[in-house]
Amino acid sequence: MNFTLSKEHEMARTLYREFAEKEVKPLAQEVDETEQFPTETVAKMAKTGFLGIPVPKEYGGQGCDPLAYAMCVEELSKVCGTTGVIVSAHTSLCCDPIQTYGTEEQKMKYLVPLAKGEKLGAFGLTEPGAGTDAQGQQTKAVLDGDEWVLNGTKIFITNGKEADVYVVIAVTGTVEKRGKLQKEISAFIVEKGTPGFTFGTKEKKMGIRGSATYELIFTDCRIPKENLLGKKGEGFKIAMHTLDGGRIGIAAQALGIAEGALERTIEYVKERKQFGRSIAQFQNTQFQLADMATKVQAAQMMVYRAAIAKATQKDYGFEAAMAKLYAAEVAMEVTTKAVQLHGGYGYIREYDVERMMRDAKITEIYEGTSEVQRMVISANLLK
Amino acid sequence: MKVVVCVKQVPDTKGGVKFKPDGTLDRAAMLTIMNPDDKAGLEAALRIKDQYGAEVTVVTMGLPKAEEVLREAMAMGADHGILVTDRVLGGADTWATSQTIAGALRNLEYDLIITGRQAIDGDTAQVGPQISEHLGLPVISYAQDIKVEGDSVIVQRQYDDRYHIVKAKMPCLVTALAELNEPRYMTPGGIFDAYKKDITVWGRKDLTGVEDSNLGLKGSPTQIAKASDKVRKGAGEKVVLDPTASVDYIVGKLTEKHVL
Repeated sequence: MNFTLSKEHEMARTLYREFAEKEVKPLAQEVDETEQFPTETVAKMAKTGFLGIPVPKEYGGQGCDPLAYAMCVEELSKVCGTTGVIVSAHTSLCCDPIQTYGTEEQKMKYLVPLAKGEKLGAFGLTEPGAGTDAQGQQTKAVLDGDEWVLNGTKIFITNGKEADVYVVIAVTGTVEKRGKLQKEISAFIVEKGTPGFTFGTKEKKMGIRGSATYELIFTDCRIPKENLLGKKGEGFKIAMHTLDGGRIGIAAQALGIAEGALERTIEYVKERKQFGRSIAQFQNTQFQLADMATKVQAAQMMVYRAAIAKATQKDYGFEAAMAKLYAAEVAMEVTTKAVQLHGGYGYIREYDVERMMRDAKITEIYEGTSEVQRMVISANLLK
Repeated sequence: MKVVVCVKQVPDTKGGVKFKPDGTLDRAAMLTIMNPDDKAGLEAALRIKDQYGAEVTVVTMGLPKAEEVLREAMAMGADHGILVTDRVLGGADTWATSQTIAGALRNLEYDLIITGRQAIDGDTAQVGPQISEHLGLPVISYAQDIKVEGDSVIVQRQYDDRYHIVKAKMPCLVTALAELNEPRYMTPGGIFDAYKKDITVWGRKDLTGVEDSNLGLKGSPTQIAKASDKVRKGAGEKVVLDPTASVDYIVGKLTEKHVL
C-alpha cells in the first residue's frame, strides 16, 4: 500500500492552492456576506480546466482521475465552501451521469461544453416530498409524440438558475416489482431557456451562501425525446450512481472546510495572548489541535481512498458513503472547536472560522444526510 | 516558428530565506518556484504559440530537481523541456552559466530566445545579454511587450520613465520583465500530460562550442565574500503638520539629503 501522492497529484495540489489563494480566498467573505454567486471566479475556473477535471479529453475534459478532482474541491473549499460545491455539483452531479449514461450525441452536445466550462451543470432530484426517499417523486414526464412533457417542482437545487444544463429525475409510469406497483423513474437532460422551465425561490441559507440554491419549476415543459438520459426506467439507478460519486465531492468539500478551519486556528492561537502568553502554550489548546489534526488526516485518507476506489472499482458506494459521513462529521466538529478556540472573535463574521462553521453544517445534510450514509454503510455490511 | 525560453528554478523568497552556517544559501531547505521574470517570458512565448502556432522549448540549468520547473512549463503549454545538469557545471556564476546555456542553445534551432530579465536569487540581469553575446545575436532587454511581425520582433523596452519601441530581426534574444504579462495557470490535464512526456537531459559532453575553462566554479570569475538576509529598516519618523507646513518640511528634508 502506497500512501505517497504521485508527482502529478502534488503538482496539481500546488496549482489548486495557488489558484485558491489568489482567486478565491480574497472574495470568500464577500461572497458569503452578499450571497452573490461568484460568476467571475467560475469563468476563471473554466479557463483553468477546473470544470472538467475527471472528464476524458475526447469530451473536452482534462482527462485526470477522480483523486485529482477531489483534491481540487478540497483545496477550493479550504478557503471557500461555496466555490467547492459549485465545482462538485457541476462535475459529480451533471458531467458524471452524462458521461456514464449519455449517448455519443448527448456527450458531444452537452458533456463537451460542460467539461470545457462553457456551460455550467446542475442536478434535480430533491422535491418537497422526496429527499432521502427517492420513490416519493412527484415530477412527471409523459411522452407525447417526439417530446417528453415535464410537470413538477424540484427544490434545493445547487447551481440553480446559474446552470445551463440540468439532469432531472422524473416519474415516467409505474412498474410491477415483486407483486407491487412502483413508480418508474427516468432521467432527462433539460436546458435552461426551454419553454415551461422556470425558477422559483432562491433559498436563503445558513452557509455556502454564495452558492445558488433554487427551485426548478416545470410546467408543460417539452423537451426532445432524445433527451432521455439512459434507458426509460433507469432513473433510480442513475440517481443513486450519481450520488455515490457526488458524495466523494461533498466529502472533499467537508475535508477542505475542516483543513481550512484548522489552518486558521493554528495561526490564531500562536498570536492570541492571554495571561501573558500565547494560548498555543496552554495544554488544552495543544490537545484540541492534536485531536482536530488527527481527525482531519483520517478524513483525508478516507476521501482519497474513496476517490481512488471510483477509479479502480466498479462499485464504490460503500467507500463514498463512509468518506462522506466521516469527513462531514469531522468538518462540523473541527469548525466548532475552531470557533471555540477563537473565543469571542470566532463568533464574529470578520473571522473565517465563523463562516466555515456555518458552511460545514450542510455537508452533514446534502447529497444524503449522515443518517442516510449510515443506512448505505450498514446495508453493505448486512447484505 | 521556434521559440526557446530559458528558465531558472529559484528559492521562493516568500517562504523565507535560509542560510547554511558558512553564509551561503541553503537551497535544499527552501521552497522553490519558477523565476517570475522567466515565467513572464514563458507566457510571452506561449502567447506567440497561441497566435502563430510556434513550437516552444524550455531550457534550464540546475540540479536534477530543476526538472520540476520544466514540468511546470510543459503543464502551462510548452512543447519540450531540456535540463542541463552535471556536477562539473556546479558553482557557476553568470559568466559560466551563460556559457553553459549558450553551449546548449547551439544544439537547437530557434527564431527567438526569451530569458527573464534577472533571477530573484541573484538579481544580476547579466545571463540573458551574455548568452546573446556568446551566440552573436542581437538582444533587446527589459521587454514589457513583445510582438512578432514577419521575421522581426517589436519590443517595448522599459525605462524608469519611458519606453522605447525596438525592432529586431530574428533570430534574436529578448529579456522579459515580470510586468510583461500575467502568466497563465497550469491546467490539471496539462500537469498529467507533462509527466508523460520525456525531458531531455544534457551534461557537459552535450554542450557545443564551450571550453572547460569557462564552465562551473573554475570558470567563474565572481567570488562571493558574504551573503546576508535583508536588514529591517527602522520605523521611520511620523510627523503631523498642516498642508503648508508639510510642504516646507518635506522640501527641507529633501534639501538636507541633497535630493533637491
